[in-house]
Amino acid sequence: MAGVSTKEIKNRIRSMESTKQITKAMEMVAASKLRRAQAQVLNSRPYFEILHQTITDISVSNRDFSSQYLQEQPKSKVMFIVIAGDRGLAGGYNSNVLKLVEQQIQGQDAEVLPIGKKAVDFFRSRGIHAFTESYAEAAEISIGDCFSVAKQLCKAFRDGTYSEIHVAYTNFESMLSQSPASMKLLPLERPQANPDGKYGGIVYEPSNEEVFDAIIPEYLGGQLYGALCESRASEQAARRTAMDNATQNAEEMIADLSLKFNRARQAAITQEITEIVAGS
Amino acid sequence: MTSFPLKIVTPDGLIFDGSAEQIIVRTTSGDVAILARHINYVAPLGMGRAVIIAGGVRRTAACIGGMLSVVDGAVTLVPTTFEWSDKIDVERANAAYEKADSVLKNPSSSQNDLKLAEAKLRRALVRKSVASTK
Repeated sequence: MAGVSTKEIKNRIRSMESTKQITKAMEMVAASKLRRAQAQVLNSRPYFEILHQTITDISVSNRDFSSQYLQEQPKSKVMFIVIAGDRGLAGGYNSNVLKLVEQQIQGQDAEVLPIGKKAVDFFRSRGIHAFTESYAEAAEISIGDCFSVAKQLCKAFRDGTYSEIHVAYTNFESMLSQSPASMKLLPLERPQANPDGKYGGIVYEPSNEEVFDAIIPEYLGGQLYGALCESRASEQAARRTAMDNATQNAEEMIADLSLKFNRARQAAITQEITEIVAGS
Repeated sequence: MTSFPLKIVTPDGLIFDGSAEQIIVRTTSGDVAILARHINYVAPLGMGRAVIIAGGVRRTAACIGGMLSVVDGAVTLVPTTFEWSDKIDVERANAAYEKADSVLKNPSSSQNDLKLAEAKLRRALVRKSVASTK
């Protein structure tokens, strides 16, 4: 009996060890990808902050005209751009952002633009109509793709196909903490205009309408790319943490099993000695 | 000369943050020069050369897409692409030019391809011309 159990334990240790090797390798891959993604996030952050600030400044200061992008539209469909990952094994990264979107679109007539394989699969299985499924590879999307998506969405917004456009992504707060977030892109949030008129009139060239029509798609593309960068870094950070935990768990189990194995081995030896002594 | 705070940011990072005396950029309605104490101003950018004069040094760059804004004296340039003339990859621009040119000359190209190729051709031309005249 003792012999069988040592063999069983040995097998389990061996399988645990190979699992540990895999998780360890995944952790290291994620860590090296994370370094690159993190540099990208830090590099591009000023762009999005300044872009956002400038757009806000402009929309605060303009009171004399009403661009379509600033106005509440007659209620039609709500568009959610959802950025998730291509692969699992990243802790709660995919499910957190998908859950958030599911909660928000409840009871609304919504369409989605899934980015990343997990998002595409999720919405397909729930029968929610997707604007396009051609962005199934979140890692492959370039800034050019972001701008072309933004252009298409702006056109759909102007046509009245969508009354609101949101983006759901995962905010990269630090290496250890990432939180899902959603942001309303269109119509632009209109902050209260400053009553003391601190912002003077702004000269738009060639005209108000043309400036907004030219800038908003760029703004949307920029925000989208920013959200994508944040999400990518979050994915790698989440995967690194998850795999680190998995490796630690595997180590603990191996230690536990080794102890059991040694006890079983000792028990077997003791038993054998007892048998020999008793026999002589 | 009086200077003003200037920030140039692209998706690739913060390119310039400091004070400048003059900036000339190509907007969609033509070249515009901004000096200190400019009125609040917003314009979308076209494709072309940008000239920045900061601390008496004149630098040129290829500047494509995005927008220019002046709010309360602070100038912000938010282009999609901004490359200093000495950092432009001329070989890459030449290759892009050839490739786009061959698409445009190909009678069987689709309407969408033609549009893309035309935009690429214009980008390549801007880069080439900025790189050749420093």
